Formats: sequence, structure tokens, C-alpha cells
Amino acid sequence: MFLLFFILFFLLDSRFTQQELPACKPMLTTGWVISIFMAVGVLFIPLGACALNSSKKVVEIVDQYETVCIPSAGTKEARVQYIQDISTAKACTRQLLVTKNMAQPIYVYYELHNFFQNHRRYVKSRSDQQLLYGNASESSMANCDPQRLLAGKPIVPCGLIAWSLFNDTYSFKLNSVALAINRKGIAWDSDRKDKFGGSVYPSNFPNNYPAATNGSIIGGASLDPNTPLNANEDLIVWMRTAALPVFRKLWGKIERDLYAGDLITVDINNVYNVYSFHGKKKLVLATTSWLGGKNHFLGIAYLVVGGLSIAMAMVFVGIQIKCPRPLGDPSYLSWNKNKGRDLNTSPATGVHFEVCETFMFLEVKVLCS
Amino acid sequence: MAEIKEDEEDARPPRISRDSSNKEKNSGRCVYINEGDRYPDLYCNNRVSNTKYNLWNFLPKNLWEQFGRFMNKYFLLIAILQLWPLITPVNPASTWGPLLLIFSVSACKEAWDDYNRYKLDKQANERMVWVVKKGVKTRIQAQDIHVGDIVWLREKDEVPCDMILLGSSDPQGVCYIETSTIDGETDLKTRVVPSPCIGLNSELLHKIKGIIECGYPDRDIRRFDANLRLFPPFIDTDYFPITVNNTLLQSCFIRNTEWACGVAVYTGNETKLGMSRGLPSPKLTAVDAMIDKLTGAIFVFQVVVVIILGFAGNAWKSTEADKLWYVHYPKAAPWYEFIVIPLRFELLCSIMIPISIKVSLDLAKSMYAKFIDWDLHMYDEKTDTPAVATNTAISEDLGQIEYILTDKTGTLTENLMVFKKCCIKGSCYGDSTRDAVKDPALLRALNENDPEVLKFLTVMAVCNTVVPSRSPNGSISYKAQSQDEEALVSAASHLRVVLLNKAANCVEVSVLGAVLEFDILDVLEFTSDRKKMSVIVRERQTGELKLLTKGADEAIFSSVHNDQQVRRVAEIVDQYSQMGLRTLCLAWRDIREEEYHDWSRKFKEASSSIVDREWKIAEVCVLMERNLELLGATAIEDKLQDGVAETIESLRDAGINFWMLTGDKQLTAAQIALSCNFVLPEPQGQLLYVQGATQSDVGASLERVLRTMQISSTEHKYQDVAFVIDGLALEFALKYYRQLFAELASLCRTAICCRVTPSQKAQLVHLVKSWEFRTLAIGDGGNDVRMIQEAHVGVGISGREGLQAARAADYSLAKFRFLKRLILVHGRYSYNRSAFLSQYSIYKSLVLCFIQIFFSFVSGISGTSLFNSFSLMAYNVLYTSVPVMASVLDKDIDEKTVLQHPQILKYCQAGRLLNPSTFAGWFGRALFHGAVVFLITMHVYVNEKSEMEEVSLVALSGCIWLQAFVVALETSSFTTIQHIAIGGNLVAFYIFNLVASTVKWGGMYTIMFRICSQRAYWLTMLLIVGAGIGPIAALKFFRFFYRPSLINILQYRERRARVTEANATSSSNAASATSSGSTSSSQRAAQDEESSSVYQPLLLSTKDRTKRQ
Repeated sequence: MFLLFFILFFLLDSRFTQQELPACKPMLTTGWVISIFMAVGVLFIPLGACALNSSKKVVEIVDQYETVCIPSAGTKEARVQYIQDISTAKACTRQLLVTKNMAQPIYVYYELHNFFQNHRRYVKSRSDQQLLYGNASESSMANCDPQRLLAGKPIVPCGLIAWSLFNDTYSFKLNSVALAINRKGIAWDSDRKDKFGGSVYPSNFPNNYPAATNGSIIGGASLDPNTPLNANEDLIVWMRTAALPVFRKLWGKIERDLYAGDLITVDINNVYNVYSFHGKKKLVLATTSWLGGKNHFLGIAYLVVGGLSIAMAMVFVGIQIKCPRPLGDPSYLSWNKNKGRDLNTSPATGVHFEVCETFMFLEVKVLCS
Repeated sequence: MAEIKEDEEDARPPRISRDSSNKEKNSGRCVYINEGDRYPDLYCNNRVSNTKYNLWNFLPKNLWEQFGRFMNKYFLLIAILQLWPLITPVNPASTWGPLLLIFSVSACKEAWDDYNRYKLDKQANERMVWVVKKGVKTRIQAQDIHVGDIVWLREKDEVPCDMILLGSSDPQGVCYIETSTIDGETDLKTRVVPSPCIGLNSELLHKIKGIIECGYPDRDIRRFDANLRLFPPFIDTDYFPITVNNTLLQSCFIRNTEWACGVAVYTGNETKLGMSRGLPSPKLTAVDAMIDKLTGAIFVFQVVVVIILGFAGNAWKSTEADKLWYVHYPKAAPWYEFIVIPLRFELLCSIMIPISIKVSLDLAKSMYAKFIDWDLHMYDEKTDTPAVATNTAISEDLGQIEYILTDKTGTLTENLMVFKKCCIKGSCYGDSTRDAVKDPALLRALNENDPEVLKFLTVMAVCNTVVPSRSPNGSISYKAQSQDEEALVSAASHLRVVLLNKAANCVEVSVLGAVLEFDILDVLEFTSDRKKMSVIVRERQTGELKLLTKGADEAIFSSVHNDQQVRRVAEIVDQYSQMGLRTLCLAWRDIREEEYHDWSRKFKEASSSIVDREWKIAEVCVLMERNLELLGATAIEDKLQDGVAETIESLRDAGINFWMLTGDKQLTAAQIALSCNFVLPEPQGQLLYVQGATQSDVGASLERVLRTMQISSTEHKYQDVAFVIDGLALEFALKYYRQLFAELASLCRTAICCRVTPSQKAQLVHLVKSWEFRTLAIGDGGNDVRMIQEAHVGVGISGREGLQAARAADYSLAKFRFLKRLILVHGRYSYNRSAFLSQYSIYKSLVLCFIQIFFSFVSGISGTSLFNSFSLMAYNVLYTSVPVMASVLDKDIDEKTVLQHPQILKYCQAGRLLNPSTFAGWFGRALFHGAVVFLITMHVYVNEKSEMEEVSLVALSGCIWLQAFVVALETSSFTTIQHIAIGGNLVAFYIFNLVASTVKWGGMYTIMFRICSQRAYWLTMLLIVGAGIGPIAALKFFRFFYRPSLINILQYRERRARVTEANATSSSNAASATSSGSTSSSQRAAQDEESSSVYQPLLLSTKDRTKRQ
């Protein structure tokens, strides 16, 4: 479209029709190339250092609890049976020691491993229309199977994602004093306003009737039928599916500073099943930097690319000093070099060219050695 | 002529029984004159239809045609698979949208073309014509004409169907027509009323009855074999032979004739024109073939990927996915379960072959064609002819031409004939300073009424097919189909033997002021087999019968009577040929009355035969054309066109081999070949002649030449060897010594084939094609049409011999010298650009595809698409199509540099920019870039940032950033358009996605705003560009500096030259003092040379070569 517009515009210009538009042809010299690589290196290394530094300043407390919060012995089957048994209480207490000062806000995440929210069956299993309006067309709900209907009536919210909502809960104590966690504002505002309906209430939701599932697989959290969907921020956060099988989801915020030596006690209600698939559950308390959470990758990658770039520049400098090569030397034009020989060769010119180029390359090597 | 009574008329025509209609089927058709309505269903009516479709079959037929191509079938299959919601990764609209768009665009184009054809047809069909119906002249639509109807035409009317002329306003029965719509020739041609009908007045013509036997409709516009028999009371004679001279063919125009009428014999789509219509099969360029091959390879790769991932996916599903309770696989799987995951991957990988590649290539190709049309350097001001690319699809092939097969007359030469010299009875007239017409010796002889000279000039003036036309002021101008004939007649008129007038069978010639009248009894027409033409005339005053003949020397010498010495004339003819002149010999003889009588009968018989007429006539002609008295020879000069020698030299330097195919004599051809740089003159070059009149002679000669050639190629004795072969020897060589000939031809860069017929020309083209070389045929006349159509690229010169060749050709040029620019500039750029465009198009889709494949490994090999439907659709159509299209303006090196170093074309010829290994480079780059984008995105966007929509858009924008830099890196010259396209595209991407992010119900709602506000996002982009482009740039620069291709060297020189040009020129004076040793490899010396002469030709061989005239 754009091009058509410009062509129409330029059609009037004879320089266009004659292919004589003024053109800028950047001239490559070794000097230029060396400077470009140097410049990239000079730009990347400080950026990398900066990013790495800020990532290192982020304080993170990670506590993996899925194995410790379960009777230690037992096979996988036993664990699964334990977690699926509704009757047993699954409370679990963990103590976290703050090693460094943490400035507010401190984010509380749960982290799941080996959980494929990006699985094709899973990621599509939702109805955006239903989430916003409550009732949805058949076609929009088609992807919700097998969590579309319960007893012949549509499930609200339907689909595997909502059904498998994470339902471990945490309560925090700081040095034996209850620590307030702000559980509001953890979901995106845009989702709460425009993606999830304020007048859509969960209904017919299978997790609310564990008996109705006939003892088959039990999903995740139950939903309060009196809370509209857009008020259930845990659900909204969960419905933003993760792109990787390892992910963190925001659970709340601690709106006060924590200091080194502080002891945090967490009472965990460990009910979410990750034992079927050898998943991991972690509780994370973390601060952020201007780049987000703790992630050294960006900084290291910048340092590596910057370093390689400077190394490349050095290589070019080295070659240039050791083996200066005249650019655009006409004697390298093969038809001058092999004059007389090629006139009687066969018309198959390709072969001749190959020979020529190999020859040229060898020459460079000889000159350099 | 007796009056006809009504009852007689009804009774006369014989009834057609069932038998006779069966007989018709066997021998052609019988047309009953003036009986058009009698059997309306036997032959089709005159409704012309050129349309390919009608309203009902358009959709199915068009779709069927479009799905004939592999790529389209593939796209359709993918689109149909996407309708299955279980497997489609994206909304089916993302494929159906572009697919429908593309299909409807090309369907609309077809429909529009067809509609235009329909309108033209309708116009022709509904034109009103006068037709005799039941003896009354009525005005009907042209489409209602039936075979047998008598059609009346006025001056300037278009002939509505193929007719046989029955009457004209001219008392002699002559009618003039213009046939430019059929054969492109603009001169007037004469058509004559068959002699039984001459003199019929218009009243009788209303009532005329008779029968015409003619063959089945065919497409040969130069032949028309039929017989006419009128019923009594009209002359009830034998069958009268009808030739093409008695016909008016469809879509000719009546000129200079008040009215004419004829009987319709072929109507509608059965006319000569209708039969020869039809679209030529589309030509496929080498680039297209290579792209098809690469696409096939990609398809195979895709299938392999799908199979591997499908297996892996099914395996993962059966072992791991069952444990993922939240995925909730049903216990009982349907039977087709195993195929679901492979099909999902098939769809995920389907963008590997992008729909956009075809669209952008087609668009680019039409741009190349437009650039050719627009090019003012290929515009001939004198004749106001621009270059025209009729075939818009094959510009890339121009850059890959390896063989050029060229016609001589009119192509290399001007086809402007000048009568230079002649030889009459052993004395030669005309020398290097003066033409023969100004030679005082000849003028003296003329004044002395030398009978030999007068005979000679009379033959010149009479024995031809020239039509004199007198303008109002009394001057006579000549219109001829053959330039040679025109030159001869004009020369004769300068020597006061003036052709005054030519009616049907009477010629008036003023010989030194006295008017002589000749009755033309028979014309023995020129054919390329006989190589001569004759007329039999009776001088009115004396009643003497004479045969006047002119023709090629060997054709005449063989029929000269025995006791005459032809040696002297033969020597002179050889001399003339060596000067590059075209020679003709003239002869005549007296005929006795009874001899003529005998012969005339045989001739008539032969001319009225329907089968093998031409051959039979030739046989009869031999009987008459014998015992000739040789009068002498004429020599006509045909000047070389401007710039022919330079053009051929550059193109030969570019590695293109030239073959000259001409109808001329061996010596003339060799002379022209030397003067236009086909071969180097003696010390460096050598011409080897393949001769012989019998099979064994030719064989021996071929072997000898081959041996010489092999020796000289091993010893480097000559720089240049060419072989010369004539038509006869060629026929033997092609028939019996094909292998030997092929060997010879492969050793020789140049060949000269003389005395070849049009079909031999086409045969030679076919032969060279069969050795897998890209061929270009260039010619100007009707005899070159077959060769032009046969070659990969046909170029027509719109010259004096009409537009026939130009119409049949893919490209038409005004002058031969434009060929250099067409090939070196347009061909080369087109090839380079298409090579980039096609590989880049696949590359960019592959990048996206690799990311999808990598993503499948972290999403449980379940076939999840990382990108949403909208992004997938927009990626090829919107985000990446514009910058790549701007590459149709890219120039790797300047036109000037290319023209100076034509050798650089060898890069294109050898297909060095588009082949499996370059493509492997692009494939590797796609893999690398896919990995870079995927790994960086997935490592930066981890933990709490790992949100599908965000990650998807980050990866997508990473690709877009890379694309911008890749295009910039591969572009050599940046015009404003490129700047806008590359930069603007990037900006447009963000605007587009920001707009899409405001749509509340869309999946991308707020995403773009969100990521744009993250610092990490911009750092990611920078990192992707740095990590993705760095290694590629380093590799490119390394090659450029330390292993430069020839293109790189020229690029560098050219750019440095521009810089030095811009700087002060003062330093160059000092530097020019030092000698510029071009072999020096030190930088300093090279720099000196640089500054001393900016555009000094690098080609040493050009300096060595002495230019010959």
C-alpha cells in the first residue's frame, strides 16, 4: 500500500522511471567497519554492566515447598492420593529468613515448574466472550471442552484454565506478627475493566461441587458464586497464561520494608496438585529493579555481545596490520588476471570463476603467512 | 454475358446429396457462391470469439487454471486444513484472507482482460456489412455472414472474414489491401480478381453462382489453395486455381479501391487469423525454475519437520501429557488422534512457503518490464520507437543469456539497401567512390544505347513485385515487400529505365523516354528453396515472349545455358560478397510461342493442384528456367547499424556466444561478421568453413574443422575461432552428424550459418537450447518469427521489414545496439533483484517458522502457535512486504560500471546469486535469526514476565527489527524510497500494533502499550539486533575485504571513484605522472592508478583489440 502510494508519486519523476534516483551508497572501508564494531562494543559493555548490576541488587527469597509440605515418604501415587484427598488438612508452615534489606513494595509470587500453561489444549480452553458477558455463543465456547458443560448447563467460567486455577493459600507473619498482604491490584487494570465482566458471576462451576465430579479428577480452586469475575484477581492473573513451563504469578504485595534478619513465617495451605507430573511449587518474595525482577541474562548477554564485538574489531585491526589488502585492485579482476587463458575455455564460465576465487583466497593466505 | 433468368438460377446449382457432403469431409470444403443461407449449420457463422471464458464457466474454469500450479494447490490444501478447529493453530481467516485476495485479484485481472476481448469481439461482430441475400444487397451484422455469402466492401472497410475476391471497382480487377493487422507489414499489397470473374459488373455479381473447392481451414496466411468454377451462364470453364493473391483475409483493410466484393469461404474462428490466434505457452525463466526447485526443497524440509515433530509430539503426549491433569486428555481418543499433532505442525510450518513470494515476484517482474518500457536510453528518436517488454515475466532471463542467435539483414544492418555496383556482360560499374548509377562509364553506355545495358536495366525494372504509385505531383514512388527489389527499381529509374505503371497483368516501362508495354503472362514467384524469381512477359509492340529472371548466383549459374562462360561473373560476384555486398544475378531468355504454350498448361495444372502445390510448381518452373542468358550481377549495400560492433564486442566480453543465422551468401556473411566483431581478424581469429554438397563431404569437412579447432584450442594459436556453415551442409550436419556438430559448436564461441531457412533457424535455436544454454534470438523479419518464438528470450527489431518479428517477440527494440543495455543493465538488475527478493521472502518466513518450531519444544510439542492469527497474517502481508519491494530499485553497481565491465554478467549467467548454496546461506541465516530471537526473548521474558501475548509480540518485533537491518545490509544503494520503506516500515509496524492494542475485544489489547513502556523491551530489541546482525555483518565485511567477489571489487572502485571525484582533482595531476601498472598489488600503486583515471577501462583486451571498420 505504502509502496504503491510512493510509486504513484514517483511515477511523475523521470528520475524514478529512468532508475536514476539519487542514491546514497555507503562506502565500506576497514576503518568504518572497525569503528562500527568498536562502537557497538563500547555501547553494549556499559549497558550490560548496568543491567547486571541492577539485576544483582534485586533481593529474592525463594522457598520450594511442594516436597517438604507433604508426608515425606511415599511414591508418586501416594502423594497424588494424599493431595487429592479432600478430607485431610494440608496446612504447612515455612520459615523464611530475610538475608538482605528489601525495600517496598515486595512482591509475593507463587512459582510453578513443569506446568504447561502453553499447551495447545490448555491455552485455547477459554471463552473471552463468556468472561466478559456471562453468556457466550456456542462457537466461542467450543474450545472450552471438556470443561464446557456440567449437567447439561454451561460452566461459567468455562474451560481448562479457569478449572485448574491455582488454589494454594498463604498467610504471612513477620516475627510472629501478622504481616498484611495486599491482594488487590495484582491483576492488570485493563483485564479487570475490559476483559472480565463485573456482572458475571461463577455458576455451575465444577470445583464448587467436588461431589458432582464422581471422584474423577478434581480441578483447582473453587469460585465464590457471589463474587463477580472481575473482582477475582487471582483468576484474572491465572488466566494470563504463561509462555514457558516455568512461571511466576503474582499473589500479593507486601507494602512495607523488610530488613536483614527478619524472620517470616508462612502458613501454607498446600492443596494444589503438582505431584502428578513432578511439578515444583515455590513461594517467592522479591523486589524489582528498573528492568523488572532478578534476571542476569540481559546483563550477561550484553557483556558477551559487546565483548565479541570488540574482539571482532580487534581481529579486523589485526588482519589489516598484518596483511593489508588493496581494495578494488583491478588486478584482482579475474578477466585481467587470466586474460588469454579464458578465451578458449568452454562457455561454461561458472567453473572458471570458482577456480579464480579459490586462487584469490589462497593468495590472501599466502600473503598473510 | 447472357442475362440470367430466375428459373435457370434455381435449377442450376446441383443439389448436395448426402454423399457429396461426406466427400467434403475428406477433401476440404465446397463453397457454393451466393448460397449462404442454404446450409447454415454446415459451417459456423462469422461470430468471432476470442474470449477464454463466458459468464457461466468463468469461476470454475478460472479456479481450475489457478489451481493448476503447485503452489496454489499447496495454499488451498493448507487453507482447507485450517478449517478444522482441532488442528488449526490460528484463525483460518489468516490464510483465507490473503489467499482469497490473491485469487480474486488474479481472477479479476483475467476477467478484465477477457471482458476487453469480449468488447472488441462484440464490436467486430456487430459491425454492419453489405451482403447479398436472395439477390438483394442487404445490410447485416458481420456475425451473420455465412460461408457462401457475397460480401461487399468499400474503401477503408475492414474485411470481416476470409473471402475470395470476385469483383472490384478496378476494371483490371485489382484491389489493394493493407495487411498490417495480420503480418505487420504496412505496404499495400495487390490482390486480383480471378480471371473468370474479371469484368463482371455489380449487377451480375449479385447473381453469380459457382462452386469453390478449398481445403480445411488452416493458419498459414501465405498459402491459399483452392479452385473456382463458375456455373453457366457465366464462363463455364474448367476449375480456375485460386491463390492467396485472390483472397481477402479477415481483418485486412481495403485501400485505394472504391469497392470490392467477394465470397466468404472461412468465417468466424475458422479464418486464417482465427486459427492462428491463441495464447503462446508462457515461458518459464531459469530463476523461476530455480525458485520452484528451492520451494520444493523447502516443502520436503517441511514434511520432514512435520513428521519428526509429529512423532515427538505423539510420544510426548502418550508419556507425559497424560500426567498433566489440567490438560485433561479424554480417556478414549478418536481414531484420527494420531494424525492431529502432525497436522497441527503442518499448519504451523505452512508459512515456510509464503503466499507473498509469488505476489511480490509478480509485482517486481512487472516493475522490471515497466523500467524497460520507460528507459529513454533505449528509445529511438528517429523512428519514435521505445523499447517494449511484451512479455513482462521473463526479465531475469535476460541476465542469464549465454547464446545470442541473430539474424543479419535488418538486425545487424540497417536494411536500407543502396544499389552500389553492377557487372554487365563482364564490365564492372561503380567503385568505392561512386555508386554505379553515377558511374560515367555506365551513363556513357546508356547514352550509346548499349543493348546489353538496356536488357539488364529492363530486367531490373520488370522482374519484381514492386508497385509503383504516382503521387498527384507526378513523381513515382515504389512500394515493395523486399528492400532489394525497391533498390533495384529505383536504381533503374535513375538510369532512365522507369517503371511507370503496373496493372494486373500489364507493366509500363519508359526506356530512355520511350514507353514500352509488357503483358505479364506468369509470375514464377520467389521461394526460399528456388532462390530465384522469374516473370514471363510478352512485349506488346513486338509480341516477343521473354523470361526475365533474377536470383542468387548459384541458383542462376546452374540454369545458365551451357556454352556461356560464368567464370568471370562468378569471380566478380565473389569480389562483391567479400566487400559485404548483397549480390543478385540477372538473366533472361527468349521463349518460343509453342514452348510457352506447352509449359503454360503444365504450370496451370500445377498451380491448381491442392496438394503439394508449391513443390509441383517448383518442378514446373525448372522446366522454364533453363538455358538462361546471364546478363550480369548487381551488388547492393546494406549498411551496418550504429554501434553494432561495440554492442557485440561488449556482449562477447560478457561471455555471451554469438551465432549469426542469415539467408545471405557465405562471403557476405563472413565479411559482415568480421566488420561487426564476431571474430577477430586473421592473426588472432580464424574462420573455419564447413562445406560440402554431399553427406560424406560434409562429414569429412566437419571432422577436419573439429580437429583444427581442438588443436588450436590446446595450442592457443588463435584467440578466436569460428566456423562457417551453409544451409545445405547444415542440413546434412543436423541430420547425420548431430554429435559431431554439437561437439564443434561447444568448442566455438561463434558460428556463422548462412543460406539458412526460417525453419533451420528455429532448429538451430532448438539445438542450442537442448544443450541447456539460455538462448536469445533476435531478428526483424517474418522469417525470424519461428526462431524468436523458439528461443528462451525473443527480441524483435521493429525495423523496415514490418512489425511481424516485433509482435511475436518478448521484447521489441528499435535498434540492435539497445540489446547491450537490455541485457547488461536490465537483465542483470532484474536477475539480481529477483534473486534477492525470492530468497529473502523465503528467509523471512523461515525465521518466523523456526521460532514456532523452537517454541513447540517448550510447549509440550503440542503445536501451540506463539504468534496470534493477526500477527501471522500481517507479518508477510504488511510488516515485511514493503521494504523488500523497495529492492526493485536497488543497484549493486552503477549502470556505467556494468557497461564498462560487461564481464560481470558472468555472475548472473552462472546463476551465482540464486542457487542451492546461496539459498543454504539464507536458510542458515533464518535458523540463526530464529534462534537468536527465540532464545533472547525466552530468557529475558521469564518468571512473572512470561505472559503469552507479551512474549509473542516481543518475539515478533524482534523479527521485524532484524528484517529491517537485514534488508539494509543487503541493499547497496539507498534512494529516498528505500529509506522510507525500511524506516517507515518499522514505524508503521509500531503504529499498527499500537492501534491493534486499543481494540478491546482483541487478544492484543494493551499489550503493545505495555511492552513499549518497559525498558527491558527496548534493551531486548537492541540485543537481538546486535546479536543477530553482528555475526552476519562481520562475515559480510570479511568477505568484502578479504575475499571480495568481482562485484565487490567493482563496487569498491566505483565508490572510491566517486569520493575522489568529489575531492579536489588537483592531486590527480601529480599522480598521473607515475605509470599506472595495473598488475601491481601494492596498495599505493593501486591508489595511484585509482586517482589517475577514474573510469579507465580495466579490460586490457579492449586495448589490444584493433578496431576494424
